[in-house]
Amino acid sequence: MDIPYTVEIRRDTGLTNGKIGIWLFLASEVMLFGALFASYILIRTGAPSWPHGSTILNVPLATFNTIVLIGSSVTMVMAWASLMRKDFGKFRLYMGATILLGFVFLIVKYFEYSAKFEHHLYPSTNNFLAIYFTLTGLHMLHVAGGMAVNAYFWGPGAKQWKTNPVWFTNRVEHSGLFWHFVDLVWIFLFPTLYLL
Amino acid sequence: MSQPGAVAAPTSHAAHEAHHEALGFWRAYVFSVDHKVIGIQYGITGLLFLFFGFSLMMLMRWNLAYPGEAVPLIGNLLGERLPGGTMPPEFYNELGAMHGTIMVFLGVVPLAVGGFGNFVLPLQIGAPDMAFPRLNMLSYWSFFLGGVTMLLSFFVPGGAAQSGWTSYAPLSIIASSGQTWWLIGMVFLITSSLLGAINFITTTIQLRAKGLTFMRFPFFVWAQFVTSFLLLLAFPPLEAAAVMQLMDRVAGTSFFLPSGLVVSGQVVQNAGGGNPLLWQHLFWFLAHPEVYVLILPAMGIVAEVIANNTRKPLWGYRSMVYSLIFLGFMSFIVWAHHMFMTGMGTAMAAFFQTTTMIISIPSVVILTALIISLWGGSIRFNTPMLFALGFLPMFGIGGLTGLPLGLNVSDIPLHDTYYVIGHFHYVVAPGTIFALFAGVYYWFPKATGRKMNETLGKIHFLGSFVCMNVVFMPMFWLGMAGVSRRLYDGGAAYDFAQPVLHLNVVSSWGAWIMALFQLPFIFNFFWSIWKGEKVGDNPWDATTIEWAAPSPPPHGNFAHVPVAHRGPYEYSVPGAARDFVPQHEA
Repeated sequence: MDIPYTVEIRRDTGLTNGKIGIWLFLASEVMLFGALFASYILIRTGAPSWPHGSTILNVPLATFNTIVLIGSSVTMVMAWASLMRKDFGKFRLYMGATILLGFVFLIVKYFEYSAKFEHHLYPSTNNFLAIYFTLTGLHMLHVAGGMAVNAYFWGPGAKQWKTNPVWFTNRVEHSGLFWHFVDLVWIFLFPTLYLL
Repeated sequence: MSQPGAVAAPTSHAAHEAHHEALGFWRAYVFSVDHKVIGIQYGITGLLFLFFGFSLMMLMRWNLAYPGEAVPLIGNLLGERLPGGTMPPEFYNELGAMHGTIMVFLGVVPLAVGGFGNFVLPLQIGAPDMAFPRLNMLSYWSFFLGGVTMLLSFFVPGGAAQSGWTSYAPLSIIASSGQTWWLIGMVFLITSSLLGAINFITTTIQLRAKGLTFMRFPFFVWAQFVTSFLLLLAFPPLEAAAVMQLMDRVAGTSFFLPSGLVVSGQVVQNAGGGNPLLWQHLFWFLAHPEVYVLILPAMGIVAEVIANNTRKPLWGYRSMVYSLIFLGFMSFIVWAHHMFMTGMGTAMAAFFQTTTMIISIPSVVILTALIISLWGGSIRFNTPMLFALGFLPMFGIGGLTGLPLGLNVSDIPLHDTYYVIGHFHYVVAPGTIFALFAGVYYWFPKATGRKMNETLGKIHFLGSFVCMNVVFMPMFWLGMAGVSRRLYDGGAAYDFAQPVLHLNVVSSWGAWIMALFQLPFIFNFFWSIWKGEKVGDNPWDATTIEWAAPSPPPHGNFAHVPVAHRGPYEYSVPGAARDFVPQHEA
């Protein structure tokens, strides 16, 4: 039995099921990170002193990472656009680049984290580091999750391009929406933690 | 928002109904993606957890009625947890925390949303299944893992969580390892709810039958729809809070630990600077909408049963729907009325008590509309209707006793007393759980093709109705006498409580006798699956679309794709041949 409106659009709503699903999921994600940002504000305003992010964290590395993530969002759009133009080879290329840039982000983050640990800066050291590790850690989990989904569409999931190209393109678009969201979270995280 | 090469015309799914692949046992009954099987899995697991949570409470009630005396029957079975058969305070605290957690997150919500939502909602909107069947299966198994984690936590060193279902910091952070299990269990349960909520909303919007506009929805569909938005948007902040509490416990952070915290005469070595009230804000930001997650599906079930058994349309259907939406929205801005005692200041208290008074209006509108719906009807007093009728005054008592708690000034003496326990149990136990029983009796024929026994059902109802009041009514007196909740001896250590302590005994016996009245239900439930009276597809002469499907509905649900031609409750239409005109009949 097939579920209607997975591929074709329902005329009166103008949407497929997956499109509604991913936006609802992103709404819940906004509430998740929103709660963490709100907690950050509450703890910071209640603190007698709060370190300037740039005195503890490595701003140049994070700037580089910001550029990497924004770049990966661009390649993600290109991957989807390639499918729209029925160019599967280009899709493989751009999707591969997206995943690769995700790896670069995680590797840079690994060096940032280990530099902190070397200087004996842990989540338990103070609340600035606590919120830093919690927010960036949760964000890294999202990056890894997005990469896993993208890797699936790059690899085994790509079989669907032969059997149901429209559905496959939709799924890549939904995965892209999530990837842009993860990018957007970082764009809020970067100034909040590193610059303010 | 463009769709590549999309076909704009909705295709009929009639073509897909003919073939049914034969599935093996595991795919058909265990790892099933069929919404009906998942609904029944959720329902039965939820009922089992309700029974387990009730059993924990029956144990607690022993120590409240007879503090310090050896627990009879099972006191010796629990070994070293109950030295000499008597209950130590730590064990009572485990029971208390886990009773609340299990009843709310593993009993009522899974049964009301996961069970009835999954089984009934797609049928009522004429859909072949949920929009994302595999996500649906994942939702159930995530819930299941959460439940297993909670149950296993009883066996870790130090026992299960002991900080109440609210897990207030800093107590919960310095608690034994059971609390970590509680947090991990909650993450599973939250994930399950999120997946379910996404599925319900998408299904309702996308898969409703042709002609089924939003204002033609049965009230139950509306209730589930609004509930799903509450789950979707209120649960993530608790997930964030659970992550932070986990960090506090595991990574040694101080999100919820203030500077200079002293525990057992020793200063806790931590960075400090955290805010214990932050936990309360994040917790109640979920937990107040959660109250409406508990009650809205119940209202939906009651509305269905009442319309069907009064043989009349619901009175004020549109007002009820608008109230429901308003209620859902308002439930996000009342949370701090749980926190008047934290010294939040008069400006904040004034804001939250105002929103709290405002939110009582739509609740009253819905309840009033349901009561007026009874007016002039030729009521059929079958078992589902009795439970639905029982819901009305019980939820009324629960709601009205909540008003003094919503007002800052009268909340302060009543806060954290048995009055609060009485209030919310009236809402949830004889309120929501009665509605859930009504739903079980009402939709049982759809799930099995057989009716449950009416005589046993009436015994179940009358016994439960009387006992519920015996259990919870005395709590108002206990509370107004000033007896605090969460005392493991029920207040026996306090002089001022002595004149009302006998009420604890009344309450306890009410609970134990109520357990006996659940036996007819348990027997009836299993007996009727195989031996109940066989009935047709529409035994209640109901109008909504789920009754157009065969009982039990096959994979894919409907023999013909249903089309909605009219509103949901066209009962006793003048000039019609019968006293009901189904939505799906042209």
